[in-house]
Amino acid sequence: MKPEYKIISDLIEKDAKVLDVGCDDGTLMEFLKTNKNVNIRGIEISKEKVQTCIAKGLTVIEGNAEFDLKQFPNDSFEYVVLGQTLQAFINPEIVIKELLRVGNKAIVTIPNFGHWKVRLNLLFKGTMPITNSLPHDWYNTPNIHMCTIKDFFRFSKIIDFKIFKSLALINENVSDINKSNLILKNLFGELGIFLIEK
Amino acid sequence: MNIKQNIKTLIVEKPLKLDCGQTINNFPLAYETYGSLNNEKDNAILVFHALTGDQFVTGINPVTKKDGWWSYAVGSGKSIDTDKYFVICANVIGGCMGSFGPSHENPKTKKIYGTDFPVITINDMVNAQINLLDFFGIKKLFSIVGGSMGGMQVLQFISNYPDKAKTVIPIACTSSHSAQNIAFNELGRQAITADHNWSEGNYNSKDIVPDKGLAVARMAAHITYLSKKGLQEKFGRKLQERDDLKFGFDADFQIESYLRYQGSVFVDRFDANSYLYITRAMDYFDLVKQFNGNLSEAFKNTKAKFFIISFTSDWLYPTHENKDIVIALNAVGANVGFVEIESDKGHDSFLLNVPDFLKALKNFLDKSYAEKLS
Repeated sequence: MKPEYKIISDLIEKDAKVLDVGCDDGTLMEFLKTNKNVNIRGIEISKEKVQTCIAKGLTVIEGNAEFDLKQFPNDSFEYVVLGQTLQAFINPEIVIKELLRVGNKAIVTIPNFGHWKVRLNLLFKGTMPITNSLPHDWYNTPNIHMCTIKDFFRFSKIIDFKIFKSLALINENVSDINKSNLILKNLFGELGIFLIEK
Repeated sequence: MNIKQNIKTLIVEKPLKLDCGQTINNFPLAYETYGSLNNEKDNAILVFHALTGDQFVTGINPVTKKDGWWSYAVGSGKSIDTDKYFVICANVIGGCMGSFGPSHENPKTKKIYGTDFPVITINDMVNAQINLLDFFGIKKLFSIVGGSMGGMQVLQFISNYPDKAKTVIPIACTSSHSAQNIAFNELGRQAITADHNWSEGNYNSKDIVPDKGLAVARMAAHITYLSKKGLQEKFGRKLQERDDLKFGFDADFQIESYLRYQGSVFVDRFDANSYLYITRAMDYFDLVKQFNGNLSEAFKNTKAKFFIISFTSDWLYPTHENKDIVIALNAVGANVGFVEIESDKGHDSFLLNVPDFLKALKNFLDKSYAEKLS
């Protein structure tokens, strides 16, 4: 199980109605069901993973979040979770807006491209960074819109959404991000976890 | 044909008002069951058959002596596990396997109905079948399942009886018959009625059958159940028991021979007038219109758990039409899952050995049953 699942779970209230966008094999869905007794649905693009979710008894819709979120009415869910996939969308701006339309709140996690290893990788090697969390080459990566924790803050101002809570994951430890430590968290955080609202 | 002795029949005494305005009562509804109903009566699954199906879902069909139409999916240890579930399937009204249909005698005229039989709808079909629940003393079905026209019945059933099923599985179907669907059905009906033997529907009294027309109808329909890729892979341009073209109109190609065979075996087991009536019922099916253009309204009163399944190569009831149902369900916050199964076998995929489909169906049913939904 990914270390951020526990953190995501802590951000979600008990018995809430939740949509997991890009729910993968349903690990997070199961975890939230057990821990928070949530009423949870998933969307997943891979047929194989949808099958895995069905085998776990999870309610999942095969679909592409970029096009298929529009089928949900406004405020269908209390929380919408988007785990480490924002960077893979053609248009992250539309996706964020859609998340906040169908959900009252959204939890978005992003692999931080501002991490020092990524920076050093590009600085010294002069090639596109390859790290544990970003294992692809530039030509076959699904991650076409990488951003940093700092970028995400800027993004919130540009497309106008509120960051309610922001956390950085460093060596499986979680810490708050605030104005005074942003530069450091943007350098050391492997993952940014954001609870956002309209 | 001495088939009646193998057919279980419920005589529905309660009057049923049909959509066409006529009321029928004391009519036969032929059905079959598999597995056994448990003491809690919470393990029943009502299966709805498609256009040319019947109540003999699995095992050997006692009339045709062939495997039941859903033998891949239903049986001991299979997706719809008859060791676990009590499976009920009825022949649709308008059909020709024992249920009230155009080949029955009109008690008033003492003649076979033929085209005097009332036009029936998908709505009429499910309203007839609801009587099976009382008959078996079942308050709520664990599941309703069906593909193609069976799927349409599933949708109509849960819309009419929102609290009568815990899980709902419409497969490879649509909420509204498209112009293309109607066009293909009309082609079949025209083939039948153009056969001289059809005799305005009175062939029974003359002891003849419009077999040529019915066979053509089946051949045309059969093409729509397969995919271009599937046909190409199975038949390609392969020749039928010959080394070269014969420069004539005999079946040179295997695909021709195959279709002719499909047509010829079909006429032995299916009534031409039933084909007219059932295709008409499909064409009239428009659940969207029933709810004034808002399909979501059809499902707003149900707490049932839905699972929609479509197939990549099904061009008769394509994925996007199945997805429209998912969208309508999401709009009312229903509990709905959806998967599109990869298959080259076209619309017929749901009847065939498509492991991903059979696995998804089994997992959904077994996990839902373990959840003990209310």
